[in-house]
Parts: sequence; structure tokens; C-alpha cells
Amino acid sequence: MIEAGAERSATTKARTPLGGLEPQWAWAPGETVVRSLLFLGAAFAVIVTFAIFLILIVDALEFFTRVSPIEFYTGTVWSPDIRGVYGILPLIVGTLIIAGGAALIGIPLGLSAAVFLREYAPPRVREVLKPVLEVLAGIPTIVYGLFALLFVAPFLQDAFGATFFNGANAIIVIGILIIPIVSSLSEDALTAVPTDLRDGALALGATRFEATGRVVVPAAFSGIASSFILSFSRAVGETMIVLLVAGQNTDVTFRIFGQMTTLSAWIARPATGDVAAGETVYLAMFAAGFTLFVMTLVLNVLSDHLRVRFREVYD
Amino acid sequence: MRRTTERAYVVAFLAGIGVAVATLAVLLGSILAAAWPRLSWNLVFNFSNSTDPSTAGYAAAIVGTLWLVGLTLLFSLPLGIAAGTYLEEYAGHGRTTRLLQAGVTNLAGVPSVVFGLLGLALFVRALGLGAIILAGALTLTILVFPYVVITTQEALRAVPSSIRDAALALGATKWQSIRRQVLPAATPGLLTASILAAARAMGETAPLLVIGALFLQTFLPDGPEDPFVALPVQIYAYSTLPTGTWGGVAAAGMVILLGMLFSFNIVAIVARNRLQRHRW
Repeated sequence: MIEAGAERSATTKARTPLGGLEPQWAWAPGETVVRSLLFLGAAFAVIVTFAIFLILIVDALEFFTRVSPIEFYTGTVWSPDIRGVYGILPLIVGTLIIAGGAALIGIPLGLSAAVFLREYAPPRVREVLKPVLEVLAGIPTIVYGLFALLFVAPFLQDAFGATFFNGANAIIVIGILIIPIVSSLSEDALTAVPTDLRDGALALGATRFEATGRVVVPAAFSGIASSFILSFSRAVGETMIVLLVAGQNTDVTFRIFGQMTTLSAWIARPATGDVAAGETVYLAMFAAGFTLFVMTLVLNVLSDHLRVRFREVYD
Repeated sequence: MRRTTERAYVVAFLAGIGVAVATLAVLLGSILAAAWPRLSWNLVFNFSNSTDPSTAGYAAAIVGTLWLVGLTLLFSLPLGIAAGTYLEEYAGHGRTTRLLQAGVTNLAGVPSVVFGLLGLALFVRALGLGAIILAGALTLTILVFPYVVITTQEALRAVPSSIRDAALALGATKWQSIRRQVLPAATPGLLTASILAAARAMGETAPLLVIGALFLQTFLPDGPEDPFVALPVQIYAYSTLPTGTWGGVAAAGMVILLGMLFSFNIVAIVARNRLQRHRW
């Protein structure tokens, strides 16, 4: 991907190295204007990222003048609406348990789907199965949420005597939600491993599984790890499924068959839009949002770093 | 022995795909089954209420979603295509480019609910727009922007550089070659970008909840400055009512939402295939 761009810019953008030989239009006013406008478009993402950071941190800092950050990050009771107590640990623990549980389900299934599609499936089978994963990836999360509500929650209630709203509902359905993410990114990583490595292992007498497990997957490891982290980050940020089926709770709990809440679900709870600006609850949303934003940002940067490093190995 | 283990592993690998395929079937099946008794045209023409499931409908939600998606495309496509064009056609390989590209990648990974907070603080409160369609569309624009950029870049990458070189050799300026040759040649890919953007905008719920979309609306919104209830938000609203009586209404809404998504996809794919016939 990158090399195509490099080759092109070498042919069309020969500015500095050629000195006076650059095309006459290169600095024509119209060209410069267009170039600047397009640059502004490209800068939009960075501007928005800073805007998000700024907006979250301004209100979060305001919040921390009312509730000390130590109390906020070490408190084990979260009851902003009723008792006015802001200890965010229940939400963070809920987020980590639900995302972690979902990752435990989705990552092995996603990776095995990728390995199957890339290393085992005959082209015919692949052509049928890949679109299925793509369709799954394109389904809005509210659909998964309703599926959890109408199908998974009643099932768990009958089978395990769980409360109707519980963490396990969300874990299972988010686990399924991330399968296509893990599988499509891991498959890209597996595809990038040169065929020579595979053929070499097979020529030395390895079975297909030995070649895959001992050579191809280790060779693609950082790319695969990047897909794991990204999917975990997606699970951390997932909102609608949790909001619909996980329930609400105010203390730190590890019981997945009991009610649980996550950062994102609390932020999006139905009352959100009606809270008056400047109220402590309103500011708490931004403090919680800031915490969520930082968590996912760290994960995404890590994932991106691994992906770029992986790409460099084989390019 | 090795043979047997080999077989066992294939079966294990099949499990991943199996779960995915089975889920898709069960998911669509269970929603369709729940929706079946409720499907009628009243769903499309009736307004929402929270007291009588037999007359509850999605009229305002459908119109609201069409407005949202239309405006979001109107804002995000020019912006995203411009950004993708810059990154793919103009940007060098320096630090700035890496920063811009990292900005796009990271923005794509921000949880959607955080965009809701941005919309709430910036558009609804700071700019004083209130929870209106325009505020929702602006929020969704920021949300879909990175997807448009990434898809645009892929589309431009697929255009052979000979097309650029030929245009430049004939005396076109860089922008002329991009506008007259490269972008038209990339149209099928840009259509994919718009499908992706529309699909995301259509299905997003959390950010709209955060900025304060309505749960009940008994009039059709007729402009960007009206309050709104979007289709997924309306589905969510029905889902919070007792599922015994309201589950079917929510599921029926899902059939409408998925129907809109699929038909939009089909139109765009047909258009793309038409365009793709005339290629280099």
C-alpha cells in the first residue's frame, strides 16, 4: 500500500530535488488554494481529536474541583443520581470484566475463523463464508442489543437462573460482535506472511496445522496481537448492548450473572440529554468520558503501533 | 496420530466460523420471528406512543433518520473525500503526514458514545443548537468522517498511476488531473465510502441518546432545526418498555432498519457495478 504511494509521489511531486525544473503549475495560485483546502480536510481528524480531548478535560477538571480525583478513582460506590456519591471503580471494573469476558469469547473464535479462512478453506467455501463475516461486521450494534434482549437474556434466565439483566448477556453478545473484527484483521496479518515460509515448513514435513501454529501464526504475531487489542478496545467502548441487557449496579461486583454497568453505558443512560449543564452529574459524564477516552486511546495507539511494526517487517 | 490431531484442529477452527454463521442465522431468525405478528404498514405510518403497542409506529423515526443520514452524507462526503485526496495524492512522507494519518486512525477507534459527549458539549450546548437534527447530523459527520477518509484512500490507491502520469504529460495541472481523471476513475470506490458512511449513520444509537434525541415524537420533522427521534433510538425506546408486549414492536422496527440498510446497499452496489464496467 505504502510503496504505491511512494512510487507515485516520486513521479508527480518532484519539487525539491529538481530545483528549478518543477512544473510551472506547481505553485500557481489555484493549485495552492486547492492544496490548502484539501490539507484542511486532512487536518480535520487531528483538530477533532484535540477538540474531544479539550472538551472532555475542561469539564472533567471542573468536576475534579467538586469531587477529588482520588475519591473518584478509588471510590467503590457509584450512585450519582440518588446519593451523590462518585466512586468510578464499579464502572471501570464492570467495563473491564465485560470487555475482558467478551475478548475471551471473541478472540479465539475470531482467530480460528481467520486461520480457517486463510489456511484451510477451499476458495469456494471462502467465497461464501467471508461475506457472512462482512455482513455481521456491518450490522448496527442496536440489532445485537435487541437480539441479546429477546433471545440471550431469556435463555440465560431459564438455563442458569440468572437475573434477567446481567453481565453475562453483554459478555456473550459483545464476544460475538468482535468475531468479525478479530477475524478480518488477523486474516490480513496472515495474508501478509510470505508464502515461502508456509511452503518451507510444509516441505520440511510439517502438517498444515504445524506449519500454521509454529510458523505462520508466530510470523504474523504482532499483526494478530494488534487485532486482539483493537477488538478489546471496541468491546470497552461498546454501549448499546450493555445498556439494553447488563442492568445497573452501584458497587464493585465480579458476579457476571448479576447486574453490571460500564463507563459507556452509564454515559449514554436515557437521562443524559436532559441533565442541565454545570450540574455535578453533567460534569461526571465528562469525567467518565475522559476516562473511557484515555483507556481506548492507549489501546488504539498500542494496536496501531504493533500493526505498523508488523507491516514494516514484511514490506 | 498426527492425522487425527490435524483433523481435530480443523474442526476447532471451523468452530469460529460456525459460531459466526449460526449467530447470523439465529439473530435474523429471532428478530424476524418476534417481529412477524407486528409487521404491517401501520408501523410506517403511525407515530410513536408508550401506552398502546398495537398502534405504535415509526413514522417520525423514519423521517428523522432520512434527514440525519442525508445531512451526514452531505457534510461528511466532501470533507472526507478531500481529506483522503490530500493524504493519498498530495501528502509527502514526513512527520506531518504521519500525524494526520494517525489522527484518522485514532478517530476511527474513539467509542461512539464519546462523540455523543462532543456533540452535546459543542453543538447542543456551546453553539446553542439544542437537540435538533442538525446537531445530530454534525455529530454523526464527525463519527463517520474517518471511515470516509480510509475508504477514499483505498479507492484512490486502486487507480493506476499511469492515469495520473498521462494527464500530467498532456499538460494538466495536478488538480486538473485529480479532478478530471483520478476522482472520476475512483467513483466506484467513493460510492463504497458513501455506503459505509450511510450505514454507520443509520445504525448509530449511543451518540444520539447522549445529545438528547427524543423518545416519543408525534409530528414529522420538516427541517434540520426540528427535534428528532431516529430509527435506532426509537427502537431502543421501545426496547426499554416491558418486552412481553413491546418486544415485537422493537423487533419490527429492526426489520424496517435492516430493510433500509439492505436496500440502500443494493442500490449502491448496482450503481457501482454499472460504473465499474467502463474501466481501464
